[in-house]
Amino acid sequence: MHNHHRRRLIGFAIVGILLFLLSNRVGVLRLYQGSTVSMYVIAIGSIVLLTGFSGQISLGNGAFMALGAYIAVLLQTYLSLPLVLTFFVAVLGAAFFGLILGVAAARLSGPYLAGTTLALAVALPSLVNQFPVLGGEQGLMFNAGSAPEWLGEVSRFKWLFWISTLAAIIACIGIQNILKSRYGRTWKAVRSNSTAAELSGISSARSKVLAFVISAGIAGLAGVVLALTAGTVAPGAFPLSLSFAIITGAVIAGISSLLPGSVVGAVVLVGMSQLVGTFTSRFQMGDILAENLKELIVSALLILAVVFTPNGPGEKIRAMREHRKHHSHGGVR
Amino acid sequence: MSLIVRNLSVDHGAIRAIDNLSFIVEKRRLTAVIGANGAGKSTLLRTLSGLNQATAGKASWGDHNLLKGKAELHVRKGVSHVSEGKSVIPELTVEENLELGALWRRNKKEAEETKRYVLDLFPRLGERLKQRADTLSGGERQMLAIGRALMSKPQLLLLDEPSLGLAPLVVEQIFQTIRDIVNSSSMTVLLVEQNAMGALKIADIGVVLNLGKIAAIGPAADLIADPAIRAAYLGY
Amino acid sequence: MNQFISSILIGFSQGSIYALMALALVLVFRSTRVVNFAQAGQAMVSTYIGWEVINRTGSYWLAIPIAALGGAILAVIVQNFLMRPLSKRTSEGAIAPVANIIVTLGLLGVLHSGAAIIWGSEEKLLTSPVSTNGFKIGENVYPFSATDVLIIITSVIVMLIFAFIFKKTNLGLALRAAAFQPEISRLAGIRVDRVQTIGWAFSGAAGAVAGVLIAPGSYLNPYSLDILLVFGFVAAVIGGLDSLVGAAVGGIVLGLTLSFTSQYVGTALTFVVPFVVLLVVLLLRPNGLLGGRSSRNA
Repeated sequence: MHNHHRRRLIGFAIVGILLFLLSNRVGVLRLYQGSTVSMYVIAIGSIVLLTGFSGQISLGNGAFMALGAYIAVLLQTYLSLPLVLTFFVAVLGAAFFGLILGVAAARLSGPYLAGTTLALAVALPSLVNQFPVLGGEQGLMFNAGSAPEWLGEVSRFKWLFWISTLAAIIACIGIQNILKSRYGRTWKAVRSNSTAAELSGISSARSKVLAFVISAGIAGLAGVVLALTAGTVAPGAFPLSLSFAIITGAVIAGISSLLPGSVVGAVVLVGMSQLVGTFTSRFQMGDILAENLKELIVSALLILAVVFTPNGPGEKIRAMREHRKHHSHGGVR
Repeated sequence: MSLIVRNLSVDHGAIRAIDNLSFIVEKRRLTAVIGANGAGKSTLLRTLSGLNQATAGKASWGDHNLLKGKAELHVRKGVSHVSEGKSVIPELTVEENLELGALWRRNKKEAEETKRYVLDLFPRLGERLKQRADTLSGGERQMLAIGRALMSKPQLLLLDEPSLGLAPLVVEQIFQTIRDIVNSSSMTVLLVEQNAMGALKIADIGVVLNLGKIAAIGPAADLIADPAIRAAYLGY
Repeated sequence: MNQFISSILIGFSQGSIYALMALALVLVFRSTRVVNFAQAGQAMVSTYIGWEVINRTGSYWLAIPIAALGGAILAVIVQNFLMRPLSKRTSEGAIAPVANIIVTLGLLGVLHSGAAIIWGSEEKLLTSPVSTNGFKIGENVYPFSATDVLIIITSVIVMLIFAFIFKKTNLGLALRAAAFQPEISRLAGIRVDRVQTIGWAFSGAAGAVAGVLIAPGSYLNPYSLDILLVFGFVAAVIGGLDSLVGAAVGGIVLGLTLSFTSQYVGTALTFVVPFVVLLVVLLLRPNGLLGGRSSRNA
């Protein structure tokens, strides 16, 4: 067990070093895309934990991202907190709102929870406009500062890439540890049979609230990373389609696969965006058309993924293999 | 016309609920299928009415293949199924529950006639036509369930545990009505029962089911008289 | 007429639109246990169809039935080619409890972007056939207008048609039976699949009428009906999510609540109120104000 744990940490360290080395060799666009991938990895992780393990659904994780981002930008603008502390408080803040909603959510399930979180996602951007301190449609500037001097000369994009990648790696380690822990097993137990879990002394309500809180916190972290990469925080950065995109990313590689699932999902989202971008500029389509085409493909991908590989390609391949084995044994059960 | 079941097997996930079952139910007979809980009795009926999928074998009513097509189509071929646990729709009124059974026939006049026949069999339903089905007692609900099935004018009636959860007196009354229906019409009845003694008493033929297989089959009176059956299934 | 009565009337007119949307959600939920989040998108596409009709013929009156028909056809397509195959494929694994929700969401995304590509994302105006200016009594102008009267009358007509179908016809009996107990309905000879499709068609029509009615008061763009979906959902939950009468009542309750808060507290709360109402209802009256027996874990 401990050996396993150490091996995983070494794996993460190697990935980190490789990415660090890579960051010195690629251009600004790739660095920006890399930061976006990291942001999506974190956001998708929040869905994998919530939906794939605890069996709840949130269409409002885009709203929790917005919460994290706004908390971070306010802390930076008005208190000029150090970046690490900003991250920390923003995550706690988002998690706190997650607690409020989670207490309600624990008593709901399926469509009720989905509807409630959808209401949150729709309501939040318009709420932002009600408070002048949040900067209205224009939003607020978010300056992550520059790299400390002892790191030598580091470009802004490289610095942002480092921060987001580090955040993603830490998030993945954290989520993976939670999923392997007692809590992760509890969620699985509650998801597959809540009555049986209750009978064996697990409080399914408390376990659901906990999952919601953690998921909201992680989404908050993704929000801060998004704000950092974009340099601003505005309501327009957290549309309903962001929540859709995250869920698409989570479904593509199997909703209960954190690694490599969330990375695959994130790379597909960013890669597809690039592909559509290339395609539309090649045929000289407008920006608006490009944006809509992207959303169209993401949404269609979401539907197709659920219809054709409901539990991810991994599960599909496993099922096909078992099917074949079944047949070669002459259909004996 | 008869119900022919040949080498029928049905799986419930990894469990074989019905295992290579064969039997014939003659026309106008009342056949009782008895056996312990989990013997596969309900699964048998659910398969015959198209609610469950068979794994292997054949089952037919006359020249109608019961293993092909959906439940709603079997009704049109004269097979009605009263599923386990008072199969009525609690949110609808008694009258609506009855009318439901005749909707597919799209013949208001015929439906009225059948309704009169059903209300003659179960006069208590007639007093409660406008009440919601969930206000009925357990016995009345069972009568309504059977009545709803009769509204489809079946030739083959599949009854799943009509005695479940009812007081002994009510059970006796319902069993008697089932016997009367067979006596007074051309209907064939396959009755599945946990209440083995009560069912065998009114049945012509008895089938004893154990773990999805036939343990005994024969005239109901013979089964009642058989000491081994008495000890194992009738409890004395 | 004073401010108070005007608020009540506005509440009724807006509320009856929410009621139609709630009805659309409830019709689908009852027949197939799916909350169709794509309803906003389907209603939006139907409203664009209505807009095209007005553009070509100039008749708002013609736009209502044609949009309703379009909405019904769209819903039947969605149910037959997407939702029905889906339910057969996603019965296992972690995805099973959320597959429906995720797919209707994906469909909403497809409709949003598809409509934006076809009709553009700029706002379109659906002109009301009657005045949208508030009635004037003496010196005072009240926000209640002839268009509001039109909205109330149309909604009431649609609801009466539904009430008649559900309560008085064989189809209605089959629809109710299949919604409550699909298996027993099957055994009674009801072609449940077909009946469910009809339920979806009605739902699509109701959503379309809601869209065409709300559009003259606001603008139409691919996203403009999302908020109506939220309002409709809240209204449906107030009514217990599987009651048609509940949906109508829920819509009116929400309409009145919104109209009074914006009159006496401020319009800033328009988006917060439904959210708060939703949470309060879910926590205090989990089966809706009218109180059914089904649990929230459906």
